[in-house]
Amino acid sequence: MPEDCIYIARSSAIAARALAGEMMVMNSVDSTFFTLNEVATTIFQAADGRTPLQDIVRERVCEQFDIDPEQAQADAKEFVTELSSHGILLVSNQPMSGQGTSNAGSVAETP
Amino acid sequence: MSLMSEVGQKAFNLGIPIAVHMDVTYRCNERCVHCYLDHDDHGEMTTSEIKDVLDQLAEAGVFFITFSGGEVFMRRDFFEILEYARRLMFNVKIKTNAVMIHEAEAKRIRELGVDTIQISVYSHRPEVHDAITKLPNSLERTVKSIRFLREQGLRVTIANVLMNGNASDHAGVQALAAELGAQYTLDPTITPMMDGDTSVLALRIPGEDLKDIFHNPALVGNQEDFCAPPKPPSADDLESYSCSAGHSFCYISPYGDVFPCVQFPLPTGNVRTQKFLDIWNFSPQMNEVRSIQAKDLTVCSSCSHVGSCSRCPGLAYMEGSMRGPSTADCEKSFYRTGVPTANMVKHGLSKPRTTVPLVQIRPVAVPA
Repeated sequence: MPEDCIYIARSSAIAARALAGEMMVMNSVDSTFFTLNEVATTIFQAADGRTPLQDIVRERVCEQFDIDPEQAQADAKEFVTELSSHGILLVSNQPMSGQGTSNAGSVAETP
Repeated sequence: MSLMSEVGQKAFNLGIPIAVHMDVTYRCNERCVHCYLDHDDHGEMTTSEIKDVLDQLAEAGVFFITFSGGEVFMRRDFFEILEYARRLMFNVKIKTNAVMIHEAEAKRIRELGVDTIQISVYSHRPEVHDAITKLPNSLERTVKSIRFLREQGLRVTIANVLMNGNASDHAGVQALAAELGAQYTLDPTITPMMDGDTSVLALRIPGEDLKDIFHNPALVGNQEDFCAPPKPPSADDLESYSCSAGHSFCYISPYGDVFPCVQFPLPTGNVRTQKFLDIWNFSPQMNEVRSIQAKDLTVCSSCSHVGSCSRCPGLAYMEGSMRGPSTADCEKSFYRTGVPTANMVKHGLSKPRTTVPLVQIRPVAVPA
């Protein structure tokens, strides 16, 4: 993946819901099913198509989880690559308007 | 254990309602002979009421939602409801007769990212299918709609309810499903009518015919495993619960009534007057349902089938007690394995009872 700015957004073809601190995600096209741990969930919930991935990692992941910034960036890119290969995340070098935004408030945390 | 099973078990253990079945209407364009519903509209929820319920369900952690009826497409606002549900990122399944789905509808369903569409097909023979649905040319229209859905790459499951009149057609329906690229599922359960009318139960196929179905590998997979005599119940079996009803699953009617399951007509609350989570967490009826373990079952706790029976607490409730036996499931266990159930032994029966007076059915309360 190039070192340029990477933008990520949640695909509209997925279903997602938080369950006890983890995110359940399912691709409706092929029914592949994932659970995301806390760090991955943070990245996933922040994938609004407008915030660069490196900013998400720096501001949300490193601060919240006390992770080495360089390792966090590398892990995030690997995670994003895998989820995009399954159609869960969209990846672009440009901001993506209208992607991942309407769902952001709907990915409810469980009580 | 698969990841999906692990997640399901986690939700069950935490008491999170991960799945909900919502009937959006009881109106229907078919009049299937075995249907348990009253098809008149007694004041079904409005579009905005349903959207509010969906908001609450998302907040409560519901992930899987199945929309059914009646016939869902009888609601003019159904696509609006579907779109709203998908915006809330539910995994959506639809149950429909598909008669009203044409190319445009199929395309829209695909665009909205619906997971699966389950469609009832009673026979591969039009004269049999149409006689059950009481809608002329319904098989032809349903099959055409399935083709539209499949052309869009959508997952379709053909649900084949077996009853007197179509019991010998399951192989034909299974072949039809294969031809159409659809999954096939079979169910011999006929549910009593919601208003207490038991006449539909006469459509249940005789137990002796169930035996043939349960021993058909094309239908049950590994027949040896499926029909094996039950293992001696373990301590874990007696600590277990019958199903997910009230634990991680519930049903909502078109009138807002919340039941543990569509086949368990015990009213636990109504979302038109209460918040969903208040019903889920605090309803005395819901809490009673989820408290019942196998060891609490009056007859079944001593049954050799207790660890493997498909016992439906809803059908048991309809026969008199949610802690009692379900004779429909006694029948299945007996004809599957040949081993008499505790309920049969208790009553000195060599065959399960097939008709039992129903005492618990109450008409669904009609909103004022």
